Amino acid sequence: MQCSAAPRITSGGQIENPLEHWLSITEKNANPVKAEEAKLKAKYPGLGQKPGGSDFLMKRLQKGQKYFDSGDYNMAKAKVKNKQLPVAGPEKNLVTGDHIPTPQDLPRTRKSSLVTSKLAGQI
Amino acid sequence: MAGPGGDMQWCFSQVKGAIDDDVAEADIISTVEFNHTGELLATGDKGGRVVIFQQEVENKNLPQFRSEYNVYSTFQSHEPEFDYLKSLEIEEKINKIRWLPQKNAAQFLLSTNDKTIKLWKISERDKRPEGYNLKEEDGRYRDPNTITALRVPVLIPMDLMVEASPRRVFSNAHTYHINSVSVNSDDETYLSADDLRINLWNLEITDRSFNIVDIKPANMEELTEVITAAEFHPHQCNTFVYSSSKGTIRLCDMRASALCDKHSKLFEEPENPSNRSFFSEIISSISDVKFSHNGRYLMTRDYLSVKIWDLNMENRPVETYQVHEYLRNKLCSLYENDCIFDKFECCWNGNDSVVMTGSYNNFFRMFERGQRRDATLEASRENSKPLQVLKPRKVCTGGKRKKDEISVDSLDFNKKILHTAWHPQDNIIAVATTNNLYIFQDKVN
Repeated sequence: MQCSAAPRITSGGQIENPLEHWLSITEKNANPVKAEEAKLKAKYPGLGQKPGGSDFLMKRLQKGQKYFDSGDYNMAKAKVKNKQLPVAGPEKNLVTGDHIPTPQDLPRTRKSSLVTSKLAGQI
Repeated sequence: MAGPGGDMQWCFSQVKGAIDDDVAEADIISTVEFNHTGELLATGDKGGRVVIFQQEVENKNLPQFRSEYNVYSTFQSHEPEFDYLKSLEIEEKINKIRWLPQKNAAQFLLSTNDKTIKLWKISERDKRPEGYNLKEEDGRYRDPNTITALRVPVLIPMDLMVEASPRRVFSNAHTYHINSVSVNSDDETYLSADDLRINLWNLEITDRSFNIVDIKPANMEELTEVITAAEFHPHQCNTFVYSSSKGTIRLCDMRASALCDKHSKLFEEPENPSNRSFFSEIISSISDVKFSHNGRYLMTRDYLSVKIWDLNMENRPVETYQVHEYLRNKLCSLYENDCIFDKFECCWNGNDSVVMTGSYNNFFRMFERGQRRDATLEASRENSKPLQVLKPRKVCTGGKRKKDEISVDSLDFNKKILHTAWHPQDNIIAVATTNNLYIFQDKVN
């Protein structure tokens, strides 16, 4: 994409958002959403071809799914007893081939809150 | 509703909930609903609890007539569960509460989490029996041989006790997560909708339900849309609508066939192809659908707008209101922080002349249909002096920011108003912030 907009320099001498250099000003004004899309694609080049499609929906349908396989867990523990176990990533709920669950990840039925709602606490 | 200056004027009435900023997850309000007379106001939260407030009407003859909502009943509706067979954690969060029309002294409501719907009976007890022949007052049994005379037990007044008891539990009918329940005008049935299916229940029967919509594809790889909301028509017991993640609304007639996979009407606004982007489908996903009280219109809420549809016109809405158009050039960061997936609800006022929905920064929006007027108001503790009139808020989109305006970049996206409700007859509104419930009413001149 041809860059027809001059990079903006702030009073502090810094170049404002380099991503915006790659968008023509007219295009940005005409369609701010397209500009946002370009920003997103620049940050995540591998983002799915199906916009808003199956990936989102599958994630939505799988909400609440938890996995633990004690066989996997014990085998992994035996194999890597001297090395560090790969710890769970931020997305504990997603199944990945190499994620070895630990007892901390075990699904535990949470106790219901026996505390009265704070909404009922006042008149 | 217009004040002397022709502007809408709303006043603070009450706020419920804790003041501290440290919000426990269980306290996050997940649904708000007035009953059919507006006398009761129910809230559900992420901790599975329901709190019901009752309106105590001060003397209506007083010039400054104010109504106050006070706690009437509170109970634990749902508990966290774990489905061991499917390895699925089931949240206790109350997704929806819907009141049944009152038929006798007791009140009934349906509350649902992701998997199970419950029918709760809320009843009052203000008398108790005294003077049994065979029982002492403390419950111990009397030896019949010691009784020499008979007496008739009497009912004596006692302090009002409000009891909530689960009368029906409707479970095991939903593979996916329930997003809606809607009571039918026939007073006998109700529907429950999850991501892919809608079921019809009889309020009396818990072990059976009829599947009336099934959009699950034979091959899950072909899944392109999910059901986001569903509602029965307010008067026609054969008609219901459901909305989708692709921005369409389907109206179905249960007289046409047992399985309503084929819609009777499809409401969809054609998209300008030049506007198509990665975000198009996400922001067109409908988060709420509500029939007008008169049953002639439908309101839908998508990420940036509220649309009013005439049931007789399927190809485009009759009115479109921009809720927070300034977010259109923030979609990238809203996608990154997941805010683009927030599900805002919307509601009608009693005579269908005004609609309301929430936004960010604890702002909420009202659109006066006939007058083409709109307002942005804020629910905050700073505006919570009794009868304080709410000042309209304005978001500045660029250029010079005027005093009292707030710039888009200063908006707090963690302060979202997803749930609002309007009293069925009066100008009293309930607005839920993350963990507080605000009640506002219009200024009485």
